[in-house]
Amino acid sequence: MSFEHINFPVFGQVDYFGKQSQQQLQPQQQYTPSHGGKKNTLDPIVTGTSIIAIKYDKGVVMGSDMLLSYGSLARFNSIQRMTKFGGNTIIGASGEYSDFQSITTTLNELVTDDHCMDDGSRLSPEEIWNYLARILYNQRNKGNPLWNTCVVIGYQGGKSFLGKVDLVGTCFKEDIVTCGYGSHIALPLLRKARDDNPNMNLEQAKKLIEDCLRVLFYRDARSSKKIQIAVAGEQGIDISGPIELETYNWNSGEAAVKNFSQV
Amino acid sequence: MYRNQYDSDITTFSPSGRIHQVEYAMEAVKQGGAAVALKSKQYAVLVSLKRSSSELGSYQKKIFVVDDHVGIAISGLTADARMLCNYMRNECANYNYVYENQMRVERLVTKVADKHQVHTQRYGRRPYGVGLLVAGFDQLGAHIYQTCPSGNFYDYKSISIGSRSQSAKTYLEKHFESFEESSLEQLIIHGLRALRETIPNTDDGLNSKNVSIGIVGENQKFKIIEDEAAQQYLNLLENEEPVEMQTN
Amino acid sequence: MSSVGSGYDLYVSTYSPDGKLFQVEYANKAVENSGTLVAIKTKDGVVIGIEKLVPSKMLCHGSNRRIHHIDTHIGVGVSGFLADARQLITRARSEAKQYRQVYGQPIPIKVLSQRIASYNHVHTLYGSVRPFGCSIAISGIDQYGPQLYMIEPSGSCIGYFGSSLGKGKQAAKNELEKVKFSEITTREAIKEVARIIYSVHDEVKDKDFELELGWISNETNGVHQLVPKDIFDEAEAYAKQALEEANM
Repeated sequence: MSFEHINFPVFGQVDYFGKQSQQQLQPQQQYTPSHGGKKNTLDPIVTGTSIIAIKYDKGVVMGSDMLLSYGSLARFNSIQRMTKFGGNTIIGASGEYSDFQSITTTLNELVTDDHCMDDGSRLSPEEIWNYLARILYNQRNKGNPLWNTCVVIGYQGGKSFLGKVDLVGTCFKEDIVTCGYGSHIALPLLRKARDDNPNMNLEQAKKLIEDCLRVLFYRDARSSKKIQIAVAGEQGIDISGPIELETYNWNSGEAAVKNFSQV
Repeated sequence: MYRNQYDSDITTFSPSGRIHQVEYAMEAVKQGGAAVALKSKQYAVLVSLKRSSSELGSYQKKIFVVDDHVGIAISGLTADARMLCNYMRNECANYNYVYENQMRVERLVTKVADKHQVHTQRYGRRPYGVGLLVAGFDQLGAHIYQTCPSGNFYDYKSISIGSRSQSAKTYLEKHFESFEESSLEQLIIHGLRALRETIPNTDDGLNSKNVSIGIVGENQKFKIIEDEAAQQYLNLLENEEPVEMQTN
Repeated sequence: MSSVGSGYDLYVSTYSPDGKLFQVEYANKAVENSGTLVAIKTKDGVVIGIEKLVPSKMLCHGSNRRIHHIDTHIGVGVSGFLADARQLITRARSEAKQYRQVYGQPIPIKVLSQRIASYNHVHTLYGSVRPFGCSIAISGIDQYGPQLYMIEPSGSCIGYFGSSLGKGKQAAKNELEKVKFSEITTREAIKEVARIIYSVHDEVKDKDFELELGWISNETNGVHQLVPKDIFDEAEAYAKQALEEANM
């Protein structure tokens, strides 16, 4: 093995503090061995699964479970995946959780700036959503996306807001928003429910979200039955405490299991 | 030549805590043609007097569109104003890209004012020699702001800047309490009357060539009214007291 | 000031023969020409009040604010050049933001104050810049409880129980010395601040002024805000009444 390409500085020959040395030292950097290009996030590591949301007659409801998976391992089972920003907006995220935490930090700075302005106006959910879309799109253009799909809900000035942004920066507003597995399983259910009952109220919407999360729990192997429901409506914004979903009662099989173990 | 020994540098305070260079820059604002700004609940209006350097020259532009919801009238060094206008347009466009919404007027004005301030603290710069009247409309309503070379800005109900603007100010001070409920037309008439006060009697007075009007408001994008379009308002002024100033 | 006009007072990088930096003293003069600021620290909060002089009746109410928020838990009051102060405020906001990014928690008031003081200080070192023509009072609540710091153009940063700046500095200080800082509640302090500002206001020299009050306490959940209208009105009424009684 040869180290000829590495220039070791020799004592007395290098002027460490003068301007000249900077010019001399610079070429050395070129000789540092490199291993190809920079590597960016190519896959998520700790992930959350679906977020689903739907508008009701006077606001928006969003639901998610509280599980974070490490690959297929159910790694953390009680983590809130939805966060409040200011007094009018809640954002829920699926995908890489650390990326979402980073987004949270950035958006909280935005909210603090807004507080400091104190000019009688507050950033609307739509503005926060668009800002978020710019962040995600910008990161994607750098080839280093934030691995999330974010659902933004809000209520301000009598208007409800529901929008979505994904890791490539695609953003849109809709009456029903789902992501991840929810787009395959919950979306058709939500659409049908909304077609059947276009003016559903808060209770109906909450029930609907709960039902969809239950179906997701049955079908999506990366989901859990510990869920939270967020509401943005006339009463402001709120994220409810953890709810344990009622699922099929397996007790009927319990006897069989007991009997089996007794054999 | 010097008024005193403390007035030649921007980085020098006088013993009384003043910065003369900034104050001189404020004088530059008074050299420009007059501009008047006034607002009601729904509208903000700019009215200004354009000048031409010679019979053969055209009139110097005084009102600029910044964005759909903001416009400015200027007095002082036009070149400085164009730079600032460009900056404001950029800020609005950036805000619009990031938030897909129109920038709050106060936030915009604060940014321009901060830009002014930087030029009052470092050696080798000079303060901007221009005053801006910013008219805008946002979710907080109609706004009139005045910026100064010092980096200060003021949120006014009505104001005037430029040469002989004191006479316009006197007119406005007499009437500004009625502006809040005024119609757009009444506002423009008030603006023109205030502007007329600034013209020496020896001059020709207001005409469609030297008057420029800018309006903005609820459901009204910032629009400049000049030349023939301004004539109808001047006609109202000619016949004097045509619109009885109802203060409903 | 013996050396005024001697040529040793033109730049901040020049000492006078008796070891003074006159430019810094002149910057302080700019503060002394400004409206009075009074601040009181109590057991559970801080109140800042400002006599905001209003140069024109056409100004909108609440414009040219002199109390600003830096972070949710920090607010500042400003005396002196407002344009200069906005520069410090911008700096303070970014310091607070940066601290949060690095340490994930709100910046302690003392740390922020010292950083802003350093920023002031570097503006007293070079002839190419001038010192800031403003002093600021930084108030907030952190893990060490309520804090109040005063920062001057020289770069000094001193913590206080109660302090005053601006025109009525001395008179206000005399009043402040009577306050029992360890007993008073923040609500009472609001009234006290309002009373002092009304009492030091010079009716003859400055006609119009607007009172501005900002507070932070347990009642505001450790968030700095302008004093809400009902408490403000109560304090202002109390101040006016106290003034009338004193004049009788």
